Amino acid sequence: MPDHPQKAFPITGRWRAIGHGLAPWVVPVALLFFWQWASSAGWLPSRFLPSPRAVVKSFLDLSASGELWTHVRVSTERAFSGFAIGGVLGLVLGLLTGSFRWVETLLDTTLQMIRNIPALALIPLVILWFGIDESAKLFLVALGVFFPVYINTFHGIQSVDRGLLEMGRTYGLSGWRLYREIILPGALPSILVGVRFALGFMWVMLIVAETISARSGIGYMTMNAREFMQTDVMVVGILLYALLGKMADLLAKGMERYWLRWHPAYQTSR
Amino acid sequence: MATILNPELVAPPQSRPARGVSVLLEDVSIALGGRTVLKNFHVEIAAGEFVAIVGRSGCGKSTLLRSIIGLETPQAGRIAVGESVDRNGKPDIRIMFQDSRLLPWKRILPNVTLGLATSFIPEAKRVLDQVGLADRARDWPATLSGGQRQRVALARALVHDPALLLLDEPLGALDALTRIEMQQLIEAVWTNRGFTAVLVTHDVAEAITLADRVVLIEGGRVALDEVVNMPRPRTRGSAKFAALEEKILSRVLNVAQRNIEGRPFLETRSRDAQ
Ligand SMILES: Nc1ncnc2c1ncn2[C@@H]1O[C@H](COP(=O)(O)OP(=O)(O)OP(=O)(O)O)[C@@H](O)[C@H]1O
Ligand SMILES: [Mg+2]
Repeated sequence: MPDHPQKAFPITGRWRAIGHGLAPWVVPVALLFFWQWASSAGWLPSRFLPSPRAVVKSFLDLSASGELWTHVRVSTERAFSGFAIGGVLGLVLGLLTGSFRWVETLLDTTLQMIRNIPALALIPLVILWFGIDESAKLFLVALGVFFPVYINTFHGIQSVDRGLLEMGRTYGLSGWRLYREIILPGALPSILVGVRFALGFMWVMLIVAETISARSGIGYMTMNAREFMQTDVMVVGILLYALLGKMADLLAKGMERYWLRWHPAYQTSR
Repeated sequence: MATILNPELVAPPQSRPARGVSVLLEDVSIALGGRTVLKNFHVEIAAGEFVAIVGRSGCGKSTLLRSIIGLETPQAGRIAVGESVDRNGKPDIRIMFQDSRLLPWKRILPNVTLGLATSFIPEAKRVLDQVGLADRARDWPATLSGGQRQRVALARALVHDPALLLLDEPLGALDALTRIEMQQLIEAVWTNRGFTAVLVTHDVAEAITLADRVVLIEGGRVALDEVVNMPRPRTRGSAKFAALEEKILSRVLNVAQRNIEGRPFLETRSRDAQ
């Protein structure tokens, strides 16, 4: 354990801040050293798990040849195209069912029933319908994104503060203006929760889709490496997925921070 | 808040502009959730009049205001607002709700100009200054105190220049000093613009300070309808003021007393007292 600067030596706030910043990294770094040591000592056969050094080297080689970036680009494009399709559909349908009673009556029960089918259970059918080409992956990603966005949009619209709606109407708002000034902003926190879940699902679905079959992308790179027992490349692929997932999460957080800056939870200084 | 001392505001014009509309509630009955709140409630308010509604908590004051603006529909009776003054069908009514109901995702100034054209921004800034919050125009509502939010809601209602203004305990969360300043502001704006005002308050002195008439609601009906015949601006010091306050308060207490004596579990105590 590192000595906690706060207690050990109360010097300047700067040291304290650095200590606080470093503390969470102590365990991962220690694990990394242990892993490297276990590999070097021959405890961990490289066909089982490569050493961290080998992973870094493999990463550098792959990115120098440009191969890595092609795969990352293909996977990212896939993820966000699927996200765009599923997200827009979920948003539009959620807005419609949330805003119009008759659309809700017409569609919501059906959608809730479909939601109960695990998306991954559809894979055999999806392969049957789309084969194993690009559209199958887009479909799976879009499906994974659709439901979190749809449900949270619907719920967000339904739970807009009725008092504020009442107020808006008595202050002369109606139709589109009421929608823009009160209903949409009121539903936004919930919609963004949906988007954040959706971004998580997006990567899960993409990984599954690319692992089943692909001719490019991170999943292809990883599965291809498996055939040649290149465990270092496999670990690079896995870490890339983790990194991209983290970036998608940061993106979602950034959107929340910007769009919900009025919200007490996001108010830092002013 | 210096604007309140603005001579233009303090000295009212000789005759008020005829902006207001009349309000008529004819034998109105309203039940909410199966409980009768207003029962054959009858009140007439003249155009431009300032009426204060007082009464104990839960007697139906908010319900009365909500029914005037059409948020509650009476089961029986008739509500008419401004039969003669008919601007595009509906007269302009604005209500300041008991809870301030600011839009949390709009900064203070856009909250005040809600539903208005951008040409109203200077006026909104002026009114914000009058409620003492000019420096908070760019803040989020979440950063304001309860009393400050109330003042923003008051500013929002005043900017609209309605023909009928309904105020539901607009000053409930304010300290005594700010309260007096806001009362002066409401009175000055009412005097200058000439709208009809209905003010709900739990403070009898506030009702007497501001209103032409004080209406007491009790048991869903008008229990007392007192004309306040005193020159403005009114001060609490005068004997007439004190007498009227005493009269209304004792009436409220009387009814309360009767309620207490009517309760079975207090019977022994009231018998002892006799
Ligand atoms: N939506 C509702 N459903 C059922 N009952 C209601 C509803 N709204 C109000 N009431 C009841 O109607 C009665 C009058 O309520 P109202 O809000 O008009 O009281 P009030 O005079 O404004 O009280 P306060 O001074 O506490 O604001 C209360 O007994 C309340 O419980
Ligand atoms: Mg009330």
